[in-house]
Parts: sequence; structure tokens; C-alpha cells
Amino acid sequence: MIKQKPTVVIGAGHNGLVAAAYLARAGQAVLVLEAGAHVGGAAATHEFFKGFRVSSVSHLTSLLDPVVHNDLSLARHGLVFAKTHVKSVALAVDQEALVFEGAQLLAGTLSELDRAAFAPFVKRMQRFASVLGRQHGRVPPRLQWDRLIDAWPAARFGLDVRRLGREDMREFLRVITMAIQDVLDEEFSSDHLKGALAMDAVLGTKLGPRSGNTVFSYLHRHSGQGHLGVALPQGGMGAVSQSLAAAARDAGAEIRLNSKVTSLEVSAGAVAAVLLESGERVEASTVLSSLDPKTTLLALLGARHLDTELAQRVHHFRSIGTAAKVHIALSGLPQFRGVQPEHVGERLLICPSAEYADEAFNAAKYQRYSEQPLMELSVPTVYDATLAPPGQHVLSAIVQYAPYDLKGGWEQARAPFEALVMQVLERYAPGIGKLVLATELLTPVDLERQFGMTGGHWHHGELSMDQALMLRPVHGIAQYQMPVQGLFLCGAGAHPGGGVMGSAGRNAAAVVLKRPS
Amino acid sequence: MRSPRAHYLQVVKHTPFHTRTHAANQLNLWHRWRDYTVSDAYFDVALEYTALRNACAVFDISPMTKHRISGPDALPFLNRLVTRDVSKISEGRVGYCVWCDDRGQVIDDGTIFHLGQNDYRLCSQERQLDWLVRSALGFDVQIREETAEIAAIALQGPTSAAVLRAMGISCIESLTPFSISVVDLAGAPLMISRTGFTGDLGYELWVAPTHAEQLWDALFEAGALYGIKPMGTHALEMARIEAGFIQAGVDFLPADRAIRTDRTRSPFELDLTWLVDFNKDHFTGRAALLFERTRGPRYRLVRLDVEGNKPAKDAYIYDDKRRVVGAVTSSLWSPMCKASIALASVEVTRGSPSDTLWAEIYYQKELKWSRANARCRVVSEAFYTPARRKLTPPPNI
Repeated sequence: MIKQKPTVVIGAGHNGLVAAAYLARAGQAVLVLEAGAHVGGAAATHEFFKGFRVSSVSHLTSLLDPVVHNDLSLARHGLVFAKTHVKSVALAVDQEALVFEGAQLLAGTLSELDRAAFAPFVKRMQRFASVLGRQHGRVPPRLQWDRLIDAWPAARFGLDVRRLGREDMREFLRVITMAIQDVLDEEFSSDHLKGALAMDAVLGTKLGPRSGNTVFSYLHRHSGQGHLGVALPQGGMGAVSQSLAAAARDAGAEIRLNSKVTSLEVSAGAVAAVLLESGERVEASTVLSSLDPKTTLLALLGARHLDTELAQRVHHFRSIGTAAKVHIALSGLPQFRGVQPEHVGERLLICPSAEYADEAFNAAKYQRYSEQPLMELSVPTVYDATLAPPGQHVLSAIVQYAPYDLKGGWEQARAPFEALVMQVLERYAPGIGKLVLATELLTPVDLERQFGMTGGHWHHGELSMDQALMLRPVHGIAQYQMPVQGLFLCGAGAHPGGGVMGSAGRNAAAVVLKRPS
Repeated sequence: MRSPRAHYLQVVKHTPFHTRTHAANQLNLWHRWRDYTVSDAYFDVALEYTALRNACAVFDISPMTKHRISGPDALPFLNRLVTRDVSKISEGRVGYCVWCDDRGQVIDDGTIFHLGQNDYRLCSQERQLDWLVRSALGFDVQIREETAEIAAIALQGPTSAAVLRAMGISCIESLTPFSISVVDLAGAPLMISRTGFTGDLGYELWVAPTHAEQLWDALFEAGALYGIKPMGTHALEMARIEAGFIQAGVDFLPADRAIRTDRTRSPFELDLTWLVDFNKDHFTGRAALLFERTRGPRYRLVRLDVEGNKPAKDAYIYDDKRRVVGAVTSSLWSPMCKASIALASVEVTRGSPSDTLWAEIYYQKELKWSRANARCRVVSEAFYTPARRKLTPPPNI
């Protein structure tokens, strides 16, 4: 039992756990309060059918902060990757799939020009992405400063851009706000390739390939600083959280499950306590919330404790999720058209062209789901035997666009949407329907209900330039410290945003530890 | 009857008192105040002013923006909006207040009328509905602009109480400054508040627009023996400067209209420190004002007694070393004080009562311009504060 007033972390999602672990390692008495019955929040693995388990939301890692991985000795705490450097396999109904990993093109039919342009393009984008990647571990700069020293973080960001060299910098500044489609059109002629690359720019966003800002979201997806590439954690995404929880507990943090925080108590402009659904009151003068900004500031804290303009900015933080999750228990390994058997366990993409993605996005703009959705598929059981009974498999699909704010609501749309997903899958994997033992659909509404993410948005809020870096979640509160003294934001709604990274939790903990006591 | 959709055909509206103000406006001088046309002066600015200071005068305040704020969260909403503690304004009372943006800069000032349980009226110079609605996020509160639904008139001056007495309104005997009472006016409720913008004994009368003309007539009938006169904006402006009251857009720039961030003022910089209460719950601008309290404000508002008889209009203010330290925002040759008086905004390092400041006054006589450097004394009180302003029962003059 903790005797001194604990540092409270709300939510045992991966960022909450990272923050808890860092704070506990620094000697603080840390109490993590988790509403659910498991640790991990949306970075979790659950059983959706008897004997079949799957990553609940995100199913591959590419952004996991290597510093966190290292500092918290996640490997020692049980994190094993079933597969690293997972390849991307762009499916096509009528031709061989395109297979690539990083800048390497491994299979597929492309023109000589496209083939020649591919590696330089990917490498250039990787250089640009690493400018963003270098910001992940830093507290974003302030836009206003009183002392010159406070201008340093902004200057350092500028310096990172400058260090790209003249040509790259010029290109970086040209493309950073652009639509991915326009950049892809400049480089390639193959629709198949453009579709596959566009997918990385729009997955998890309410953006289409013709939306501005999608180069930025593409770069964010590739801004991981680790050396594992896209990786598949053994035991699903829950294994990442389990290892983080173990690291946090090891450092002395206490994690209490089934402890939903309903509000924050404020006294004289500072946090005084957190109140639980059970009626319990936990006194705390330092509280880190890994929940999304709207939940943290408008629901738990309340707009009345914020200035009017700031409350409005938070209120208008865009967080409408468009990605649904479909989980399928399979009695055998499906076969995909044009895919070599050894590639079935890779990252399979259904996005035959950028136009296809753009038309799919049109539906979301008007609060409908896509009749021809994009999908990112993973059959993790190819590499990870722990998720399904022997010989049987799990297919995990991210399906887009399935907007949170669906016209008419999701209740009556569930069955037709699931049928639609199966129909699309059948087209790419003939006979898959016969292997189906069970399916589960998690719409953004389900994700919001289960994981408390406003709008069911995977990143806790749209990750675009107007909601990134010193503007994340909104300007004025982008440095983890919230306007109420002692309250910190440590989740994906803070810089550097979504994806299972842990950087937000790490940075927030650093800010907490650095502040004058 | 004109269709309601043709509302745009009338660009400027008439107040509910228009038939009466129009008849009284011998000079035919009008200007636009928000959506309405109001009188600059009726017959002679000096005489209107004289009536105000020696008898009583009537000023049509119907165009003043009025917001109705009600609902279970009305009090916490207002407390988050304004810098003072609204819970101290009890039912039946009125309180002066300012509200700020996130940077602690004043958006506007106004008065809060506590009309009933969870029921308030906020009167302001500027339209504030947008800011109020945006501030209502997370509060269970209804906000409505009710400017057009209420006819309001100010009755100000030493004989104002006597006029109301002559009308048979007895509640004024016990009506203290900043209190509200409701009486019956020919079957309609007439709300009387002991408030005003002149620094003298005075009242504001609030009634349904349908009863506006009746109220006007009753006032002038009862007031005939008490020297009652209609008063335009020019005379009121003289009175408000004498009272030392500030005005949005004149003595400070409403923060939501500022483009240059150094042009706005905090409550501290407007001599309104008494309106800022850090002991209550959060209010917009609190953090910025707390920071400013530590760092110190940049400017201060001073009341100046200017030597000589020339109004220090728009004058630069200099310190002893002939350095510009500020500027006059409002100025007047005050007939009551027999002095040239001014409100000025100066750098905070200047303007303590022991300081000597200088106003550089440009004036012309028969088209010939001259310049005078007038010594200014910083005055700590309002220029004009007659004791009757606070007496209850009010004197019968």
C-alpha cells in the first residue's frame, strides 16, 4: 500500500504504463488507475472466439520508441517479436502482388521507370520522416517565449530541417503539406503501387489520398526510430503492454484495475484529487492522464476549469475515427490471389489504386461507410502459434472507411458492413468464407466504448499538421503540462501522437520529473 | 404589416421610446448605437448637462446590449466568465464586472443583475453573445440576447428620487445603491435599479417595450416640477468622465477587436484590481492575470487634474524628463469641478499620486493652433462623487 501521496496515472494504456515506469524508476510512488479489467488499453490482445486471440486495435508495431524499449528493458520483461521487418504485400485481383520492405522491392510487376523510382522515393521519404522522428523524444517548442533560451527547441527543429541539406530541405518544405496522391503522381505511373503507398498515408486518419496533409501522415507512419521495421509482437499487441506493465511494477508502480476515474478535483488552480466511479477519492497533486485530450480536459476536468478559448480549441480537436477492426477465426490458412504462400503472414494491403482509396474516402466525408473499403490484413498466426489452436488461424483486418459518425448509426449497419467485408475478402482470397469459424466487428463506436477513445479515433485525434508538434493537442498546451497545475497529458493526444510508440508517456514523465518541486 | 423577412429594409431601428425622443429632439441630432438610432443632444448639451447635475435628466439606454443568463449553472457560468466573485452579488442586487480573454485582457465591462434564483441579466457595451455562448461549453445554462425585449431608460440626477416619489413609487426609500426593486406601472412590471453611468444619485428603469411610452410620459408628468429634461449622449459623456468611469472602445480596446497584442489592457491596467478575485474558482484569464500580478502590469489608468482650462483631448503625457509615458483617453472641461480633467493610460512606472505629469495640449483659437504644456496632478478618487449618491433613503431635492 502506498503511504505518501501518489503520482496518479490515469489509464494503463501503453503510454500510461511507460509514464508510470519512468516515474517509478525515478523514485516516485506511482499509482496507475485503469478502468478496464486488463492493462494495455487499446494496445491489447483479447480472445474473440474460444481459443482465438487477436490484437484488439493496432496489430503491428513500427513506431515503438527504441529508447523506451531499451530504458525499460522490455525484452527482459517478456517482449518478444514473432516477426520483425514484416513486408508489405499489395494485393491485386488480377495480377501478382507487389511485395516491398522499406526501400526494397521484392516482387511484383512494375515498369522500369517505376522500379527505378521506387528506392530513391522511399529513401527520400525516410530522410524526411527521420526529421519528424527526431522530434519524438522532445518536448515540442513553445510558440511564444520570454527568454531567448526558450526559443531553442523551436530553433532545434528548424535546424533539423536545415540539416537535410539544401535540396532535401527544399523538397521537404514543398511536399510536407501536400496530398500524397500529387506526390505519387509525380513519381510513379503504376496505380497498384500508388495505392499501396497511399494506404500508409491515410490509414487511421479521416483523410483521403487527395487530402492535403497526407504526406505528413505518411511521414509520421514512417518516423519510427527503431530498427525492427514493421514488427509483430508475439502474443499480439497486448504483449507490449504486458511487458510495459511488468517494467512499471518492477520499478515499484502499483496498477489498479477496474478503477474508473470519473472526475478530477481542483483546488486553487491545482489538482487535488481524482474521484473514482466507486466513490473513492484518491488525493494526488500530480496526475498524468493517458486518456484522450477531450476526455481528460472536458469530461474529467471540465471546461469550467479552463479558459474559454482553450476549452473551445479542445472542443474542436478533430477526433472522428474512421477505422474499424474485423477479427476472423479461420479453420485453415487462407490463400490470397497472386500471393506466394510464404507471404501470407506479412502485411497484406487491399488498396488497388489511389483512386480506389479516394473513392472509399468520399463515403466517410458524407458519414457513410465505403462500399469498397481499404484493408490492412494480418494473419499473425503464421508466425505466432500462441494466438490460435494448432493448424487454425486468425485474420486481423483494419477496415477503412467506417466513420464513427455513421448516418443512421452503427447498430443496423453492422450486419451489412460485415457481409461487405467478407465479400471483399472473398474477392482477394477465394474460399476464405468456408474457413470462417467466427467473426467480430469493432466499429469506431465500439472502440470508443471499450477503450474510452473519443470518436473511436486510434490516435486520440486526427494526426495532421494542424494537430501535430507544438499544436498537439492544441496550441498552448502542447508541452504535456495542462493549464491546471499538477495535471499532465501523456497519451496519444499529446506529441508525438498515435501508433504504439510510448514516446508521449516518456516525454510527459520527463516533464513531470524536471519541473521545480 | 411588413413581412418579418423584410427586416433588412430597416437598417437602423427605433428604440421603444422613439416617438417621444423624436418629438423632444429639437436639434434633430442622432447617431447610431448598435442597431438603434439615439439622440446626441435634444436642445442644448450644456443645458442637458446642467439639468442632469442640478435637477434630473432622462437618457434612453434601450440599445444597451442585454443578455439573459439562466439555468442551474448560471452562477458558476458567470463566475467562470467574469473576474469578480458573482456569488457575492445576492438576489436583487447589481454588480459591475469585467471579463477577459485567455490572456487576461479585458474584452468588455458591464453589469450583472441578479434577477432571481439562477436568473441573471448581463448588460454590456458591446455585443457579447458569441463570447458567452462559447464560454458556455460544459455548463447547463441558457443564454439569450434580450436587447429588443426590454425598454430601458436612465433617470439620473439629484431630483431623480423625488420624481419617482411623485410617481408614487415608495420602494425607493429603502432601495440602496446597486439594488433592484420591481413595482407596478399600470398593470405592467416596472423594474427599478439604483444604477447609472453618471456618478450621481440615479436610477435605471426597465419595462416591456409596449409600456415604454407610458413610462416616458409618466416620468415627464411627474418630473415637470423637478426640472426633468431629456439628455443625449454628449451630456452623458461629460457625466461619465466626471464620474471616472471607463468606456469600451474609448479608454480601452476590447481584447477581441485588437490586432496588436500590446494595445489591450488587463483589469490591473484599468485600475480595476478590486474586481479580480483569485480566491474564487477558475475564471477565464486567471492564469494570465496571476502571472501578471507577479510580473507586474505594463500600464496604469490614471485620473488627471490638468492645470488650466483647456481640455487635454488626445494629449500625450510626459514625465518630468520630457519623455512620453502615455496618452489621454478621455478628457473634459468639467463644469462641476471647474477643472480640466482627463483619464489617461500611462506606463506603470509613472503616475503614482506623488508624480508630476505633463499633458501636451494642442488647441486652436479662431483657426490658429497653439500648444500648451499643462502640469497634471494624479487624483486618486473620482472627480465628482456627491454624497447623495450613496444615501438611503435618497434625499428629497
